[in-house]
Amino acid sequence: MRQLLRAGEGRTDLSAIVEWIEAGSSVLDLGCGDGALLELLTAEKRVRGTGVDIDLDKIVACTAKGLSVVQRDLNRSLDCFETGAYDYVIVSQTIHQLLEPDRMLAEALRIGRRAVVSFPNFGHYSLRLQLLCTGKMPKSSTLPFEWYRTPNIHLMTIADFERFCEERAIRILHRVDISGGRIRNSLFWRNLLSAGTVLLLGRA
Amino acid sequence: MALKAINDPTMPAGRRNGVGAVDGPTVGVVETRSFTFAEREQDYLDLESGARLGPITVAYETYGTLDAQGSNAVLICHALSGTAHVAGYHDQLGKNRGWWEDAVGPGKAFDTDKYFVICSNVLGGCAGTTGPMSVDARTGQPYGLTFPVVTVADMVKVERALLDHLGIDALLGVAGGSIGGMQALEWVLRYPERVKAALVIASTARMSPQAIAFNAVGRNSIISDSNWRGGHYYADGSAPAQGLSVARMIGHITYLSDEAMHAKFGRRLKRDELAYDFTSEFQVESYLDHQGTKFVERFDANTYLYMTKAMDYFDAAEAYGEGDLVRALERVRARLLVLSFSSDWLFPPYQSQELTDAALRARRDVTYANIETPCGHDAFLLEIETEARLIRAFLDATHKQS
Repeated sequence: MRQLLRAGEGRTDLSAIVEWIEAGSSVLDLGCGDGALLELLTAEKRVRGTGVDIDLDKIVACTAKGLSVVQRDLNRSLDCFETGAYDYVIVSQTIHQLLEPDRMLAEALRIGRRAVVSFPNFGHYSLRLQLLCTGKMPKSSTLPFEWYRTPNIHLMTIADFERFCEERAIRILHRVDISGGRIRNSLFWRNLLSAGTVLLLGRA
Repeated sequence: MALKAINDPTMPAGRRNGVGAVDGPTVGVVETRSFTFAEREQDYLDLESGARLGPITVAYETYGTLDAQGSNAVLICHALSGTAHVAGYHDQLGKNRGWWEDAVGPGKAFDTDKYFVICSNVLGGCAGTTGPMSVDARTGQPYGLTFPVVTVADMVKVERALLDHLGIDALLGVAGGSIGGMQALEWVLRYPERVKAALVIASTARMSPQAIAFNAVGRNSIISDSNWRGGHYYADGSAPAQGLSVARMIGHITYLSDEAMHAKFGRRLKRDELAYDFTSEFQVESYLDHQGTKFVERFDANTYLYMTKAMDYFDAAEAYGEGDLVRALERVRARLLVLSFSSDWLFPPYQSQELTDAALRARRDVTYANIETPCGHDAFLLEIETEARLIRAFLDATHKQS
């Protein structure tokens, strides 16, 4: 699912995530892609990791890295994962591609003590400008697809997501933004200037 | 993706009989060897049923080289009708092809350049290992139905005895499809310290009532053949061929899928016109006839009874977790690779998913993939390319970690 990540911005969100994860913890990566994050976490934080992805090629890639990974459609039930089974559930660059992002977030915070979520910010000024000036659906390096054939079916802005968390009593424990391919800890006018965001979430 | 089975009657006869050009790398010409243990009465093997059995001869083959640390041994467990001859050829190249030749050999899924691969005929079998057609040393007669009912656990105990004989303390991997997958699972439950990885392919922790039902019909077919005579048919050479043949036909229906049958046979006839009688007219009928007839030539009807019974009895949850599969799997130390096939309705994907879910709940290192295919249960012998990518990656990573 993480095929949308481009080297610069994509890998940047991974390094932020690695920093937040406690050493020796358990991690479930939903939409784990080729397992780059889990491999990093295993090497640097000695986590007990499990990946989930739907794509067989990604399963093979994870398997080659020695990771534990299961092929499953995230749009279906995640009942197979017990409540509180993991310290962290990671939903990195995946949430906007799911049929029911709200259900997924609820599930992530049921299965994990904490959830890590990252997504591209549709409120970024370049996208706003594109829409304003051309009147057409904007594109970017992280959102390169045509409207009629895109996996990105639930695009949102940082402001949208913050309001969502507030309504659902989800606490935002940490956050970083990505701008110009770099991690920003306290970006001003975040919803306008951030290309993507990474959040550590907890239950209230 | 090939829909053609190795034994597809529509393939040229030479290929069908395993004689012909050798395609690709191979371990070459190999021989089945044998080893006998439990010869003295005090050493007889204790079976799950409470019975004791000995002496036991095991037919086996090995390929590749065991490394100095003994860390690269991989045991392959065969399915219902398999033999120890998993790879290579017997007598001469192109003749008597191993049953999983496409998956075992230099550079293949089970890479014999890297791994020391072992395969043995199961206990109760009819291809060299002690089974109902073997001679009971006490009577000098074939066992027939006096052969004790054996379980998957008993088969695994015999495989362990073979490994002890070969001087292998621990396996890098144990792999199998169908009842072979049950053996792989039994291995990591019974001997958790002796296996690093199990590859459970098109298999299950316990069979569905539907699958048990098909086994029961197969057994009934054999038992109701008047030539079966309570299982003591070896002396005068008139085996229950008809009963075994029908059992095999039923088996083959369950190994395929609706889609595979459409692709393979459709409604095509053998001849152009209808005969208006009850001979085999449709191609699917002649396929089943062929499978049944061919099977009778090489397989013992009693072994069919014992093997299917062992499958029916297998229940990893009951045996190791008082019915709770999660609890059962908590004893596993090995990494698990679980593979299912989308159109397999004999060992359906949901069973592999249940096994995977239980392993996740037991906090085990498990990897699961469901391979899209129209080939049904047979897919584990046919979808080699996709399987190979996963098996190779999994074994190599496990080997690297160990």
